[in-house]
Amino acid sequence: MTAFLQRLRRDYPVLLLAIPGMLVICAFQYYPLWGNVIAFQDYQPYLGVGKSLWNGVENFGVVVNGDPEFVNAVKNTLILTAIQTVIVFPAPIVVALVLHSLLSNRIRQFVQTVIYLPHFMSWVIVVAVFQQMLGGTGMINNWLRSHGYDPIHVIGNVDAFRALLTSQVMWKDTGWATILFLAVLSQIDRSLYEASAVDGAGRWRQTWHITLPGLKPIIILLLILKLGDSLTVGFEQIILQQQAVGVDASEVLDTYVYNNGILGGDWGVSAAVGLVKSVVALVLVLAANKLAHRLGEEGVYRG
Amino acid sequence: MSAKPRQVLVGGMPMPGRAESVVKAVFLTVICALVIVPFIGVISTSLASPDEVIRAGGFVLFPKDGLDFSAYRSILSGGTVTEALLVSAFITLVGTAIALTLTCTLGWALSRRGTVGNKPLLLLVLISLLFNPGLIPTYLVVQQFGLLDSLWAVILPVSISAFNVIVVRAYFIGLPAAVFDSAQIDGASEWRTFWHIGLPLSKAVVAVVGLFYGVSYWNSFFGALLYLNDSSKWPLQLVLRTYVVNGVEIGAQDLGAASEALPPQTSIQMAILMISVVPILCVYPFIQRHFAKGVLTGAVKG
Repeated sequence: MTAFLQRLRRDYPVLLLAIPGMLVICAFQYYPLWGNVIAFQDYQPYLGVGKSLWNGVENFGVVVNGDPEFVNAVKNTLILTAIQTVIVFPAPIVVALVLHSLLSNRIRQFVQTVIYLPHFMSWVIVVAVFQQMLGGTGMINNWLRSHGYDPIHVIGNVDAFRALLTSQVMWKDTGWATILFLAVLSQIDRSLYEASAVDGAGRWRQTWHITLPGLKPIIILLLILKLGDSLTVGFEQIILQQQAVGVDASEVLDTYVYNNGILGGDWGVSAAVGLVKSVVALVLVLAANKLAHRLGEEGVYRG
Repeated sequence: MSAKPRQVLVGGMPMPGRAESVVKAVFLTVICALVIVPFIGVISTSLASPDEVIRAGGFVLFPKDGLDFSAYRSILSGGTVTEALLVSAFITLVGTAIALTLTCTLGWALSRRGTVGNKPLLLLVLISLLFNPGLIPTYLVVQQFGLLDSLWAVILPVSISAFNVIVVRAYFIGLPAAVFDSAQIDGASEWRTFWHIGLPLSKAVVAVVGLFYGVSYWNSFFGALLYLNDSSKWPLQLVLRTYVVNGVEIGAQDLGAASEALPPQTSIQMAILMISVVPILCVYPFIQRHFAKGVLTGAVKG
């Protein structure tokens, strides 16, 4: 005990420096966890958590009995996640391969500078820019009309909504996502290429047999991380554009919680859905990490 | 076997063929154009003369009549947009200062391995990376702290990112420990070691982390939507949503320029869009210089 006190005497300045940051993490990351109790309440904002009545697991009926709105949100979430895994995920790999194969460093740096930029734009800006390009009086439709073609109907078109979301995500983040791949590509041993060239391999064969296998570990790791994140998809992006296409086409789990809980006043049910989502997401992260270790990858943490 | 001419290798690969070079050039030109052209369109429309915007039906790619700054004058003359700009500047400056202070002090403390409580605290930070407390619980806490309708609600909940703490900690650990030890043997306090030796040696990572905090505060949208009902406290992103994304008509009374004839709506919208993009464009070169490094240390050590 005295040893501990002695160490405390020695180390208290370090602890003092840790306190402000730890307080904020505890206040906004750990402390909110108690708020999940309202998932088991008929929560009324004017009564507060203390006085609202408990109603057991009634709120979870939406999840268990498959309320149509909830099922729709789950369906949209999973479809969007699937699209983003199949279409959005491979795009930066292609761009990184092309950039990596360039001979001129200056051109590569120029392209990188340009394509990283949209990542730093807010979703509001991205959505606004897309409206200006693709909207009814946007740049593309103005051009089409002035050249005698029919305008295309993309913004506010329910059938095109998923394509619109996908292209926005790609516009914003494809360039940025190349960073990791480029970093890994630059680590591949040059002598592998030289040896294979001596053996008569052309550029395609080198790409197929050396470059892509070199990328495999990072691809597997990123896919696994994505699995852990698969219930979270495009929240701000969708909130911004939901009015135009309606709930059926656009509701995902996160927007469901926001629309029904905070806007709709159905606090208990929304908290229940949010809680289920958080728990499933946590299980997915842990499972994904386990999978990563099993495949011999680093994973997110060691444990 | 006939002797083949000696191959020219670049980085171990044969030289690209002509067809390959052409395909790559076209591909890269297209993706760069996809990023650049929309921005040019936005800038041009915000600067084109009212007549030209009306003639073009709303959107101008290359203004021919010369430049016209009336759209900027009208939004910066003291109305809703000007106020929102000031709010955004406040959130960004104050938020970044707070976030950097919290992140660097905690990152430093966690980098002092072997001190009392180091491991449990590090574990608390790492575990917080694994879960998200959820929208409604966070809202209830902000409400309980009495922060609703206050700019602090936009600043405080996101004023520390555990990920950035880990990045900064890794950087401090990478510094030569002998420097700190000798300073403390000479009697420097923990605070002095941190402030006069640790921080100055870590300018690069502090700059990157600060710029990332700055960009995310400037861009913050949902926190403001969720916690701020009073539209006079709205930051620029919410104003942008109202007048540009949702297309609400912006009138003279919103702009504080009642007497002047207003430029076309499209010009005003594009000018609002531009003033929310320009600060990002200004800091971008600085981020860009550092970010490959910053992102990588984060990705590898995180």
